[in-house]
Parts: sequence; structure tokens; C-alpha cells
Amino acid sequence: MLIRPKEGILDPQGQAVERALPALGFTGVEEVRVGRVVELEIEDASLLDAMCQKLLANPLVEDYEIQLVDP
Amino acid sequence: MKFGVVRFPGSCDETDALLACRRYADAEILWHGDRDLHGVDAVVVPGGFSYGDYLRVGAIARFSPVMEAVGELAASGGHVLGICNGFQVLCEAGLLPGALLPNAGRRFLCRQVDVEVVRADSPFTRMAAPGQILSIPVKHTTGRYYAPGEVLESMNAHGQIILRYAEGHNPNGSVGDVAGVSNEAGNVMGLMPHPEHAVDALTGSEDGGVIFESLASVAIAA
Repeated sequence: MLIRPKEGILDPQGQAVERALPALGFTGVEEVRVGRVVELEIEDASLLDAMCQKLLANPLVEDYEIQLVDP
Repeated sequence: MKFGVVRFPGSCDETDALLACRRYADAEILWHGDRDLHGVDAVVVPGGFSYGDYLRVGAIARFSPVMEAVGELAASGGHVLGICNGFQVLCEAGLLPGALLPNAGRRFLCRQVDVEVVRADSPFTRMAAPGQILSIPVKHTTGRYYAPGEVLESMNAHGQIILRYAEGHNPNGSVGDVAGVSNEAGNVMGLMPHPEHAVDALTGSEDGGVIFESLASVAIAA
């Protein structure tokens, strides 16, 4: 699950990274958003959405994306 | 009238909250793993780093057994006050609208701020005067109050903005300078500033006492 701050919500962490990158010579970077990744193993992937809604993300301020990877 | 103050693993302000409550009423500590509220009339969810702030501030604490009981108390009209991390927990639990996000300036803040009493007719502020300025410390990294526009409008319409940072005192970029909010019913309030740290002139201000005094003065919830 990829979880990031919703668009339009100020992301101070992303801003700090955006400001740090040019200092290292990485120019032309915009709109940096920093989120988090939750990895887990599960039998029934249909539960993942409810899991994000209830605990892993705060849908009021965060978007999430579910990616399934077969082992 | 008896207060209960919740202790989570990682709480750090529960003792100050307990002592603040005891200035105005009886009070005892409630353990996070205990579903029983021991007959208290009002609950304070204190500041700290419940469950290590893992995942998101307040996200894990809201599922603790004691919070189930706190939710039931709130649903039956009992009074619940969340301070700092406690405010975050109550938002995560859906007992209060909105969310707390990282400070706009990214830094941990620890300073005295002026807070304006917007509503002096709430159970949490009834001993204060409307527009009264309270000098209360903030200390947090994740204190930027946020609610979507339509939610804020509804909160304004229902008089749920109880406290605002005074002009020029918003430390964290909170929307509309919001410092403390209540639920629509008015029996649950959360605030980022720490009134429990401002109850004795020895530590610089006694202004926070009015919050506990107000709550203690409310007739026991029916």
C-alpha cells in the first residue's frame, strides 16, 4: 500500500526534500510528496481496502494505492 | 464529580493532567487496556506519544480497550477532553472532526502562546469570559489542525470552534487559527495547547486552569 498526503494538503516533509535536492545538483524537481509504504502478506486481498480505510491511511488527509505482487 | 485521565503506553502528560484535575475535583488514572472507566464523570485523554506515534499520531491508540469505553461515554453525553496527543486520538477515533498534520514549519515547537476563547458557553470554557486570552504552552510536532472547507463551514455554523490562536500566535499553520474544537453535540473537545501545564503561577501561567474548572463545574452528565 502506498500512502501519501492528499493533493492540496501542505506536505512540509516533501517541501524540505524539494529544497534539499537542488543543493545536491538535482535540478528541475517539483511537487515532491513524501508518504509511506506498508508491505504485508495476505491470503485475501479483498480486505486491503477496508484495512486502508480503517487504519493504514487517514482518508480525510491521505490517498492510498494498493499494489498486488505475487510472490 | 470525578475525572479519569487515560494512560497509554507513551503518554507523558497524564500526571500533570491528573494534578490539574485534582485542583477542581476528584481524579484518577485510567489504564489503556482497561475497558472499565471506574465510574468517572469525565475523561481527559492526555498528551504524549501513545503507542510511539506509530503509523500516524493517535492511529493505534484509538483501538485500545479504554477508547471503546470513552466512545460510549461520549455517545451518552459524557464529557471528554483531548489535549495534544489526546486531541489527535479523538480525531482519529472520529469523536472530533478534522485531523492534525505536521507543523507547517516542520519543527517541534515548544512555546507559550495566546489562545482566544471563542465560545465561553461550552462545558469546557464556561468559567472563562468570551474573547478572553489565555496564555498556555504548546509543545508538538504534529499540531496543524486541518478540516476540509465544507467541514469547517459546518463547524463554524454549529459553533464548534471553541478556541483560536490569538492574532500572530498560530504556531503551526492550523487552518483558521483553530486551536480547539468540539463535536457537534458539544460534549467532546480537543485542543493542541496544554492547559494542564498552565495551572500554577510557578510555571508561568495559571490560565489553563479555567478549562478544568469549567468541566468540574458542569453538572454530572445525565
